[in-house]
Amino acid sequence: MERLKNIDDLKRLRDALNIEITRPVLEVCGGSACRAGGSKKVVLAVKNEADIRGIDLEVKVTGCRGLCSKGPNVKVRPHGYFYTRVKPDMVASLLGYTIGANTPFRPLLYRDDILSEPIEKVEDIPLYKKQFRLVLRHNGRIDPKSITDYIKIGGYSALQKALSSMTPDDVLNEIDKANLRGRGGAGFPAGKKWKHTKSAKSDIKLIVANGDEGDPGAFMDRSIMEGNPHSLLEGMLLNAYAIGAQYGFIYVRHEYPLAVENLNAAISEARELGLLGKNILGIDFSFDISIREGAGAFVCGESTALIASIEGARGFPRPRPPRLSEVGGGVWGYPTNLNNIETFANVPIIIEKGADYFLSIGTESSPGTKVFALAGKVKNSCLVEVPMGITLREIVYDIGGGILGNKKFKAIQTGGPSGGCLPEGMLDTPVDFDTLTKAGSMMGSGGMIVLDEDNCMVDVAKYFLSFCQSESCGKCPPCRIGTYQMLQILERITTGKGEHGDIGRLEEIGKKVVEGSLCGLGNSAPNPVLSTIKYFRQEYEEHIYDKYCRSKTCAGLGLYVIDDEACFLCGLCKEACSFDAIKEGKDKFFIDQDYCTKCKACYTACPIEAVKIEKKTSVKVSKSH
Amino acid sequence: MINVQEEMEIVGDILTDEQKRRAVLIHAFHKIQKENNYLPEDKLVALSEELNIPLSDVYSTASFYKQFYFKPRGRNIVCVCVGTACHVRGAQDVVHQLEKDFGIKAGETASDMSVTLETVGCVGCCGLAPVLVVNEEIVGELTKAKTEGIIDSITQIQR
Ligand SMILES: Cc1cc2nc3c(=O)[nH]c(=O)nc-3n(C[C@H](O)[C@H](O)[C@H](O)COP(=O)(O)O)c2cc1C
Ligand code: FES
Repeated sequence: MERLKNIDDLKRLRDALNIEITRPVLEVCGGSACRAGGSKKVVLAVKNEADIRGIDLEVKVTGCRGLCSKGPNVKVRPHGYFYTRVKPDMVASLLGYTIGANTPFRPLLYRDDILSEPIEKVEDIPLYKKQFRLVLRHNGRIDPKSITDYIKIGGYSALQKALSSMTPDDVLNEIDKANLRGRGGAGFPAGKKWKHTKSAKSDIKLIVANGDEGDPGAFMDRSIMEGNPHSLLEGMLLNAYAIGAQYGFIYVRHEYPLAVENLNAAISEARELGLLGKNILGIDFSFDISIREGAGAFVCGESTALIASIEGARGFPRPRPPRLSEVGGGVWGYPTNLNNIETFANVPIIIEKGADYFLSIGTESSPGTKVFALAGKVKNSCLVEVPMGITLREIVYDIGGGILGNKKFKAIQTGGPSGGCLPEGMLDTPVDFDTLTKAGSMMGSGGMIVLDEDNCMVDVAKYFLSFCQSESCGKCPPCRIGTYQMLQILERITTGKGEHGDIGRLEEIGKKVVEGSLCGLGNSAPNPVLSTIKYFRQEYEEHIYDKYCRSKTCAGLGLYVIDDEACFLCGLCKEACSFDAIKEGKDKFFIDQDYCTKCKACYTACPIEAVKIEKKTSVKVSKSH
Repeated sequence: MINVQEEMEIVGDILTDEQKRRAVLIHAFHKIQKENNYLPEDKLVALSEELNIPLSDVYSTASFYKQFYFKPRGRNIVCVCVGTACHVRGAQDVVHQLEKDFGIKAGETASDMSVTLETVGCVGCCGLAPVLVVNEEIVGELTKAKTEGIIDSITQIQR
């Protein structure tokens, strides 16, 4: 590709790309989930079949569309038909119907469930109806490895606009006016941060994009880095132009090899075209970006720890001030502006369409959209982008399609390991930065896990706490020791050894850890525990006083019995028991309580759920110690 | 072994020699691990001399990050996702099943080096939960039978 020498060159390139002849395009999703489902083989099959039949078509491997539980997904343009769960052996029929006969191939169309009518077009799928795709608008339409694809659909036109008709201060003011709040968790206004960095007295300034995404159960940033890396680069370029930065880093989690691959491809293409490097588009503005890979440490998502990691040290956070934006605070001491990936991806939209457009979406205090990774016990586990202010109920039921297997909803966990669990009564809470925090949870990075009646809230709290405990860097004692002690108590409670007073102890230590810790990890680690105690105290009490786990998740609790009527004497439970607690009677099996360790082996082994875990009603527990 | 100037790209222009040598450290670990599957002692000693960073410091940094291993790993690597989405859909059962059948605990390597069992927090395929990664290939929507299939295929590769 030839280097673009000025802004007109970029315009000309875009115009030239847009007069290309149009042939049918098959957009095959190449996101990680669809790849796991075999989308690479689908691509090969399509190419093969097209060759055999002599069909002239373009196969485009795109980024994630969000409908990960029904992959591999394929959309055909210009027809607009959308196919799910495409297998290589169905490609021939798919092409025959769609391209040969211009009719949809019904067996692969999207259906809510097997009984419902198939839906032909993406726009009509309920999952997409309530969404507002802004940041992800090009995901699924472009080949992330092709800069021309991005330019063709209008990419880099925000940069073009800024460089040709806006001063750096104009760009900065536009972002400030749009009240773009950081999507990485805290919701700090990006414009303020940029201004701060700009005002620092240093000729050299740096920019860091935080793509560490350590929240175990979230993949918003990944889908941007994998599916539309140029939107991130464009956002960083605009940031650099606005504050006068020369170097940028993208810190990517090591578990995301495809993101690294696509970002590397994007950076080298952008350099080749002269959109990165010296004198970008012929003007006096130079900026370059390098990638830094993490190595599996959650705390490195914290900004000061991330900086230590880029410098090549242990990823320890440090107290602030100095802030990153100040001299002496950033990477190697240079003032540094650090934002989340999604924050950056919003920037080109604001510059291109104006702050007023952005302010018209979402709520007054939190304008714009937010991408969430909806997962857990919902029918549609998917990546969704919704305007701020939408309620949790709309996300779970209208977009997520409700609870898997028509079970009962129990709670929704937002904000990842630092967030909290909200019960059914809070489902009508609008989603924005401030209301979620008020409710005792937080926006966090955007993980959203739905829990149903089969999930034990104490176990979920223990899960998140054990995550934070093992990820605690160990620098400050409240976090290192406090989380460990809380975990010990939870461990006791979930194995039937809970004592009166444990809940109070958890609350007390939790509050101290929140107050006393050095960085955001410790400040928020007790949140899942505190919020579940607040909303699901009864479940804690059941574990402690009744020695019973209502969702039958925790082993070591309850009374194990065999339901004689249901039991059909297969004997699998007896085989599974390592303690010889299951005895064979004349024509029934029963459990010898003296030997039973409540290890749950028989419960899991029984194919028809005839082994029951019951609440011990006869045992009296004295509550007055 | 490692070209400091090249690895640092253009930002190297504003750094001191010491800063540059330090900044390539983690990258160097990744590189060594890619070649050797783990971080062998002799390689770390050589790296420490090359970058002029004390060996204790090299170890201190490497051991902070969970992705770096100081012991050789198995020929096959099975990594179970224990991220939130997978956890609530039964990832622990998958871990237990694998632990039992391979006869090792998560984080360990079988004595014949055939397989290493690891866990990871979210590989970004939550829609397919529970998920595991066999030698970098993601397998989703695990069931008991599917997991057994994986175990069989690995024990067969071994033979
Ligand atoms: C323990 C911890 C982990 C974090 N992990 C991430 C992360 O993975 N990605 C991210 O963007 N921000 C993460 N953050 C928040 C960052 O510190 C920082 O606030 C954010 O990246 C700033 O970007 P924003 O203003 O655009 O949101 C984390 C914070 C803490 C305390
Ligand atoms: S939690 Fe397992 S893939 Fe996300």
